[in-house]
Amino acid sequence: MTRYSAFTVFREGLRGQKGWDKAWRSPVPKPAYDVVIIGAGGHGLATAYYLAKNHGIKDVAVIEKGWLGGGNTGRNTTVIRSNYFYPESAALYDFSVRLYENLSRELNYNVMFSQRGMVVTAHSEPEMEMAARQVNAMRLNGVDAEFLDRDQVRKLAPLLNYGPDMRYPIHGGVFQPRAGTGRHDAVAWGFARAADAQGVDIIQNCQVLELLTEGGRCVGVRTSQGEIRASAIGATVAGHSSVIADMAQVDLPITSYALQAFVSEPLKPVLDTVVLCPPFGTYISQSDKGGLVIGGGLDRVPSYGQRGNLPMQEAVLAGLVEMMPALASVKLLRHWAGIVDVTPDSSPIIGPSGLEGLYLNCGWGTGGFKAIPAGGYLFAHLLATGHHHDLSRPFDPVRFTTGHLIDEGAASGIAH
Amino acid sequence: MQIFPCPFCGPRNETEFHFAGELGKVRPDTGKEVNARDWATYLYAQRNEKGLVREVWLHLTCSELFVMERDSLTMDVRASKSLRGDAL
Repeated sequence: MTRYSAFTVFREGLRGQKGWDKAWRSPVPKPAYDVVIIGAGGHGLATAYYLAKNHGIKDVAVIEKGWLGGGNTGRNTTVIRSNYFYPESAALYDFSVRLYENLSRELNYNVMFSQRGMVVTAHSEPEMEMAARQVNAMRLNGVDAEFLDRDQVRKLAPLLNYGPDMRYPIHGGVFQPRAGTGRHDAVAWGFARAADAQGVDIIQNCQVLELLTEGGRCVGVRTSQGEIRASAIGATVAGHSSVIADMAQVDLPITSYALQAFVSEPLKPVLDTVVLCPPFGTYISQSDKGGLVIGGGLDRVPSYGQRGNLPMQEAVLAGLVEMMPALASVKLLRHWAGIVDVTPDSSPIIGPSGLEGLYLNCGWGTGGFKAIPAGGYLFAHLLATGHHHDLSRPFDPVRFTTGHLIDEGAASGIAH
Repeated sequence: MQIFPCPFCGPRNETEFHFAGELGKVRPDTGKEVNARDWATYLYAQRNEKGLVREVWLHLTCSELFVMERDSLTMDVRASKSLRGDAL
């Protein structure tokens, strides 16, 4: 593997760019591995990387029905944050933000994590009280948070509508300075390259057709490229988790929905933070290329169709025009959808599947990208040891039977 | 904008409809002891199938619940019928 550095860029510039290695191999699958991971998105690739790095388990295959990073990892709005309410969630997501802070250096790959902060606006005095409660909860959990009044929000995001015609006038907001955006493809590519360098096989265009079971235990997978056996199998397939679970004859507490996102034509810099206005259900940031990256809530119809549709597009863009009227005439360049795995408490599922030998990392719903390093780190721990890391234990699926839900849907006001 | 058929009102805009749940879930018989596992299955477990699905929908404007059969991948609607009678 060529190490990336200013020096190698300079050297290859002089040598006609002929000395670069491929970032990862395209191996033929072996008949057996220690661990097989289904799904080469961010969570799957990160899991493979941390299995090799933290646990010395390098006989690992990551199999992917399409191309790596082609699912939700390549379809999100790249926001990274840990402004959650409950201690379990704060610990999990802030661990992820902390891993992100060092990720470019660790992977020798620039994931462009830009800690430009994130503002969640409040639009009434009762909302200001809830915002204060949120700030206090975050601080108690050791996460950075600032309580902003209207003028402070205005300083951070002057593009927002502060006029008298605003349907829901801005009173203030919650700011997390360490939040920001990353380069989503680079996170997949960086983990893929670093995992491959440690000997992990990444096998693309390899769809799982069936789980192989012996004596009530999952011992491998039958794929479009033949049978692959493993001591442990991990599924990191997001919106398609129920499809894999169905092969294991397990029903998950998951409903799959399309989540849409939008990017505009490139503009000169107009916004240097991430802004979410809950009453409009719309959030926005500006990428380094200048495109405005816009997201909103879930579609209303459960779906596996990875494409956008008009009702939610209208709602999100109408919200944007109300938030930032100056952007009303900006043209959209693209819009798309990914299939997200929504749980009843808007918290992820990490744990055994119910079929021995098969483990799940899913249920991240609309917020999986920000959790990639933590999800991979904790899932690797589970696959390597058979036991939970302290941070992932609260997210075991047993919570749906014991009633210990971590209801971030209600607590953090996740709109979906 | 997708058009969904309400068995009572005919074809209407999808924004008039609300997804109520998968068809065929039966509430545990609380006349007997119900264990936590059965409650969890009833409350939370979803088939969440890719392809043909049968679901209960609410038409918000007429407040009627009905069964819709559709494809969760192509979004084609196959049928919609009243929950009365033998729909289950």
